[in-house]
Amino acid sequence: MSIGQTFLGLLEATPRHGYELKRLYDERFGQGRPLHYGQVYSTLARLLKSGLVEVDGVEPGAGPERKRYAITTAGVTDVQRWLAQPEKPDIYLQNTLYAKVVLGLLTGRNAADILDIQRAEHLRLMRELTRRKADGDLADQLICDFALFHLEADLRWLELTTARLDHLAATLHDEAAPTPPTSPAPPTSPAPTDGRPPQHVPTQFSSQETT
Amino acid sequence: MTEPTEKQPLLAGIELHKTYGSTPALDGATLRIWAGEIVAVMGASGSGKSTLLHCLAGIVRPDAGEVRYRDRELSAMSDAERSALRRGEFGFVFQFGQLVPELTCLENVALPLRLDRVRRREAERRAAEWLTRLEVDDVAGQRPGEISGGQGQRVAVARALVTAPRVVFADEPTGALDSLNGEQVMRLLTEAARQAGAAVVLVTHEPRVAAYADREIVVRDGRTRETVLAPR
Repeated sequence: MSIGQTFLGLLEATPRHGYELKRLYDERFGQGRPLHYGQVYSTLARLLKSGLVEVDGVEPGAGPERKRYAITTAGVTDVQRWLAQPEKPDIYLQNTLYAKVVLGLLTGRNAADILDIQRAEHLRLMRELTRRKADGDLADQLICDFALFHLEADLRWLELTTARLDHLAATLHDEAAPTPPTSPAPPTSPAPTDGRPPQHVPTQFSSQETT
Repeated sequence: MTEPTEKQPLLAGIELHKTYGSTPALDGATLRIWAGEIVAVMGASGSGKSTLLHCLAGIVRPDAGEVRYRDRELSAMSDAERSALRRGEFGFVFQFGQLVPELTCLENVALPLRLDRVRRREAERRAAEWLTRLEVDDVAGQRPGEISGGQGQRVAVARALVTAPRVVFADEPTGALDSLNGEQVMRLLTEAARQAGAAVVLVTHEPRVAAYADREIVVRDGRTRETVLAPR
């Protein structure tokens, strides 16, 4: 999550001090991982340098002076652009799992176990989130729901892949079979007769991995 | 019957086989339920999970294998004994509430008690308490056709728990509900069952519903598959 743009969003209602931004961020979005003060002030310095915030006032205190930050017009535009932009769908997990399943099949391991272990882990996390939801306020519930729906989508993929393991194993076996040197190479899978393109198993979903 | 111990499950289905015509529904399924736990039975459509629930609940007799409730084998019981067991010890929630349309919600919840010859006033007092716990006391005087699906399922949960069962069987209890109503039903069902100390056998294909359980069992091609734990 972008800390900078979240700060800008928090500043849009009213100017705030750095410590106040940290407290609001930790309460609403921290999920048990509070920001370090170093992150807070380096983020504010960057926003200041980019002209997205400005210093609204300086208050002397017992310790260092406390700066109050306000969002600029360019900052509001930046928040608006960020909010209107969809997040990149995260396919990292499926990509890794797909590789594990293929490697499991190629090395003669039980690929269903790989998927079942992942399913159990997903459900363990879902139980934890469901308990957290029961004890939390509405904000907790909404954040947990977001994670739960994503995990559920992963689980559907796991279930479907489990159902297709035999097919996948057969396809991989066909691809790995040595081709006789004197005959022309056969297609990796029989071409359908109804005009559809021949099926193949992709080597990966995407060359680009998200982190 | 003796009380179940920590080592003895409350309910167990061992190596269950069941075939409908030439279609095998269960092919050696095994499942043990301990007192007070909530277990999700998961699996794709046609995997055999509902047949497993019906066998465990004594609704369907398996072709082979045994179902034990505490220290008794269900197939050794007469039909009357199994009916009495289902009425006294088990509660049921199905996908579509299956409430009696001619009765009010209060009368529906009181019905299992009335069948057990509890006097009307007492049965309705206990039914009203359960409707309040399930947050549907406002529909007590209405008939099932006059209330929403979510309210109907909560009435069905109240009816399942009013007899203080040891096991509640829930077959896709949120299958006909939207996400928000499904969530309310699951929260109330599991809270009420935990408070009452009842075990729940929850059949579902929805992971978010299964996440309300303490553990899950997967049924695949009529066989159960215990959770495979990741190495730690």
